[in-house]
Amino acid sequence: MSAGSLPKGAIIRDPGFPTKRENYLTTSSGVFSWMFTLDHKRIGMMYLAGVSISFGVAGLLALAIRLHLLSPDGWLFNRPIFKSFTDSEPNDIYNQVFTLHGAIMVFLFIIPSIPAALGNFLVPVMLGAKDVAFPRLNLCSFYLWVFGAIFFVSALFASGLDTGWTFYTPYSTTTNSSVILATMGAFILGFSSIFTGLNFIVTINTMRPPGMTWFKMPLFLWATYSTSIIQVLATPVLGITLLLLIAERVMHIGIFDPEFNGDPVTYQHFFWFYSHPAVYIMILPAFGIISELISVHSHKHIFGYRFIAYSSIAIALLGFLVWGHHMFTAGMSSLTTIIFSALTFTVSIPSAIKVFNWLATMYKGSICLTTPMCYAISFLFLFTIGGLTGLFLGTLATDLHLHDTYFIVAHFHYVMVGGTLVAFLGGVFHWWPKMVGKMYDEKGGQVSALLVFLGFNLTFLPQFVMGSRGMPRRYATYDPEFAFLHQMSTVGSLLLGLGLLVALVVLMMSLYRGKRAPANPWGGATLEWMCTSPPPFYNFDRAPVVGDPYEFHWIEWDESNERYVSVEPERKLVPGEEPAHAPAHSSHKH
Amino acid sequence: MSTIEAAGSDTHEDIDHGHDHDHPKFLAHHFDTPEQQFDSGKLGIWLFLVTEVLFFSGMFCAYAIFRMMRPEVFEGCSQFLNTKLGAINTGVLLFSSLTMAWAVRCAQTEEYKKLTALLACTLSCAMVFLGVKAIEYSHKWTIGLLPPKWFFYNPANPPHPHGGPNWLLWLCLPFALLLIGVLVWLVVSYVKGNRFHFDVAKPLSVVCASFFLGVGLGIILESGEAKHAVVASHSVSAQSDRHAANEATSESGILRERLLQDATNTGLREEALARRRQTDLAGGTVVADQSEVAGAVEHVPEEVLMKSRAGVFFGIYYCMTGVHAIHIIGGIIVLVWLLVRSVRQDFNRQYFGPVDYVGLYWHLVDLIWIYLFPLLYLIR
Amino acid sequence: MSAHAPTADHVSHGHSSHGHSEHGHSRGGYDFAHPLPLWILFTVFFALVFLTILTVAQSNFSDLFGSYDVAVVMVIATVKALLVALFFMHLAFDKPFNLIVFASSFVFVGLFVIFTLSDSRLTSPAFEAAPDEMVAPIVEHPEAMHP
Repeated sequence: MSAGSLPKGAIIRDPGFPTKRENYLTTSSGVFSWMFTLDHKRIGMMYLAGVSISFGVAGLLALAIRLHLLSPDGWLFNRPIFKSFTDSEPNDIYNQVFTLHGAIMVFLFIIPSIPAALGNFLVPVMLGAKDVAFPRLNLCSFYLWVFGAIFFVSALFASGLDTGWTFYTPYSTTTNSSVILATMGAFILGFSSIFTGLNFIVTINTMRPPGMTWFKMPLFLWATYSTSIIQVLATPVLGITLLLLIAERVMHIGIFDPEFNGDPVTYQHFFWFYSHPAVYIMILPAFGIISELISVHSHKHIFGYRFIAYSSIAIALLGFLVWGHHMFTAGMSSLTTIIFSALTFTVSIPSAIKVFNWLATMYKGSICLTTPMCYAISFLFLFTIGGLTGLFLGTLATDLHLHDTYFIVAHFHYVMVGGTLVAFLGGVFHWWPKMVGKMYDEKGGQVSALLVFLGFNLTFLPQFVMGSRGMPRRYATYDPEFAFLHQMSTVGSLLLGLGLLVALVVLMMSLYRGKRAPANPWGGATLEWMCTSPPPFYNFDRAPVVGDPYEFHWIEWDESNERYVSVEPERKLVPGEEPAHAPAHSSHKH
Repeated sequence: MSTIEAAGSDTHEDIDHGHDHDHPKFLAHHFDTPEQQFDSGKLGIWLFLVTEVLFFSGMFCAYAIFRMMRPEVFEGCSQFLNTKLGAINTGVLLFSSLTMAWAVRCAQTEEYKKLTALLACTLSCAMVFLGVKAIEYSHKWTIGLLPPKWFFYNPANPPHPHGGPNWLLWLCLPFALLLIGVLVWLVVSYVKGNRFHFDVAKPLSVVCASFFLGVGLGIILESGEAKHAVVASHSVSAQSDRHAANEATSESGILRERLLQDATNTGLREEALARRRQTDLAGGTVVADQSEVAGAVEHVPEEVLMKSRAGVFFGIYYCMTGVHAIHIIGGIIVLVWLLVRSVRQDFNRQYFGPVDYVGLYWHLVDLIWIYLFPLLYLIR
Repeated sequence: MSAHAPTADHVSHGHSSHGHSEHGHSRGGYDFAHPLPLWILFTVFFALVFLTILTVAQSNFSDLFGSYDVAVVMVIATVKALLVALFFMHLAFDKPFNLIVFASSFVFVGLFVIFTLSDSRLTSPAFEAAPDEMVAPIVEHPEAMHP
């Protein structure tokens, strides 16, 4: 951080605070002004609320799973209280609970969390644009998400869902649970995801401000762009897969039925052609957040900008070549398994490039252990474990042993929770002042980060051990020798839940007790810090000055006002850029 | 300007003249120029078409897998699809693509009358397509060529078509209601003298009527459908002695006979040949029959026409053409929206995007049919 | 809008030269409509109709190409698809990026179909009624399973 005194004579930019009329949160009021809003920021906030609620529901289901696994014969669903309101077998309840946990987490939370909630808020602001390219489509995609969520919830109340989130045939075509409702829900959610991705690609392509070339974009936008490519290319295949699954259930068309010369492995191919790239839909935006967080909170230019940018695209494209590694034991031909295994290893290259670049960025940076940075560092640790254990599973020989064990469960939770969720939380803490205009309690945030980190590791590290010793996943009961590890895991999950609760309380408290947030509380150089917190309705009163998004040289700490301001020295102007000291005539850009 | 730009004072003005001087009405507030708006929309629709292509790819993949594993099923079952109707529908869609492309041109050159006429023409073609499709579907449903779960077409045991509903009637019903509705609208708007409504309802009534043009066309072209009664009476009298009684008296028997007379139905003819031989041999038990047929004919069409074989083909057939038909219906809805807007003269040289985007979508639907037609109808 | 050239004048711009670059951004993003001349549209349409007749005709003479008829049919369909895409959908005159976007969809379709097909070709015998396998009861009477 720089010294307190600001250079004399320099042009200092600080947008100050928005008036009530400018503030997008207060510019209009009433339920309908939110329900029918076309403002990307409000839609983003509605998404944030929606995905948080889904996360809460799915998280409680996860706690229920863990509590059931407290004893080898199953604890929670054997309690008399469950007998009183359902006549299902405890094991059936367990099946439905883990299915809904997975399905809600994947379709309702992780996939839309960062792109739809944070992305919607940030993409146009980072671009200096007034809105996304298709605001109405954006709202439509939010409501599709809501309808999809309703379908999922109705599946819960109809006759449950016990197929696992993957809806594998032949079980999904024969079970009596409400597969059709749930698949319809996933189908609709797919369209929501497609429309969001489509919107972002177009926005980033056509609405960049003058001066912002592709390689002047913040890395979050690169990550969002790569994610959107996957969303547009892969999600339709999920759509048709689920449609065929419904057709299979309704008309028995036989595509996935060996009795009619169909093949359940075909279903798995179809499903994973989407769902493996979907894994990158979940993790790529997290990479984008981490790139921002590490650079800003280390106050150091991102290391290897182009490598991080290209590796996002590389992951997006390579992600399409490796879906078969979910099916090594499903009866694929051995040639295909070898090809997919070899391709799987290539994905680790761009992922590793990113991790190395983040570490290099932190090296000799002036790191502030703010809450977002705590989350970012714990991401680095957890994601690395998750990524490296993925190599065990990509190897054919070890996968035969580890497939469908808790090792897999631990692996993807390290990537999805330790990676995506932690990055999401980091992102929410990072941009919370921008979104609501209030600062949260820093100490509380740090405590939550610590609790999440400890709780998470306590939950999932034992699962690696159990998995490698042969504890199969999706079982409601287990061998007594695993009891201690399972109990450790359950305790960890409660600790993790506590950490998340603390995070929620800290954020909610900030709304009532928080200090007013300055435009640039962290000293970031991307465009979203150049407008007020919260941003005005049209984001920017005038075309923002576009520079290097990771050049912190011009960001100075203003001691007297306790905020970061941008200090404009005399420098060469980027072509198309207006001189900083000249008053901009209008928000119109040419 | 002060050294520190406080937000307060001068931003108010900015918001007031927020979006700004030469912003035409059709230009959304967050775009700077009509071209930026057009380019965004165009890229957006192309991305949407990409999703459509991938959406259909799943079904093409399923098709390819089955055709690879069971080529004889595809050859056998394709005989039940009427090539003439398929070809007519291809032509109709191609023509609608032409009128659509022309309509885009008219939107660009601001020829409103022509634009409306061409959009109506495109819509009519879409309706004709659906009309022909209704004939094809209802015909297959009646004789039981359905996905495995409902498949009841069985060459050995004739079905009971009289028990089933009249599918054609049910398919025509919504369109008939639509036509009546639009005609009422037309009359009411004429009586009330509402020029705009009348201008919209006029082409739309033609469009709705075109569905029945398609149905009529389908009836004529569905081989021998027009001569149905004649053929039926002939075949009943002529064949009752030659055939087992249960076969000839049933309508399915007639239908099958009619299909047999179609020179293109080679597979069916072979199959019938086999059965004739088997009835000639002896009207024995079912078990004996089957063994005879299996022994007598190389291509085993009996086996092809089983639920687990032909049913799968028709399952894929209904999925592919059904999803395609849903896209046609979706296209009709957006085209109607365009028609209303073109009557309102919303489009101009800087704002023809919607026509162009819908046009692209429509061409893609055509493009998919270009592949569906040979893949389903032209298997020999 | 009123300041722009009259319609007829503008139409003449559209004739076949079609450089987007030519006058793509010339009027500050206000002049970008490039109507296709009618003769292109009609030529393409008649070519498409001709190809349709051709493909129906060849299917009636299957002896002509023997087992290659699938390939022939698909080639004709692809030519038709290209005509529609390039002219009706203006891809021939569009921004290259849109062309890349649309073309990439077929790359990914190819990826998907080829991987899945090749795998099910390699594995499907496991699900067939192999004579020497003892799973016969299930495969022999598929009808029995679904009364």
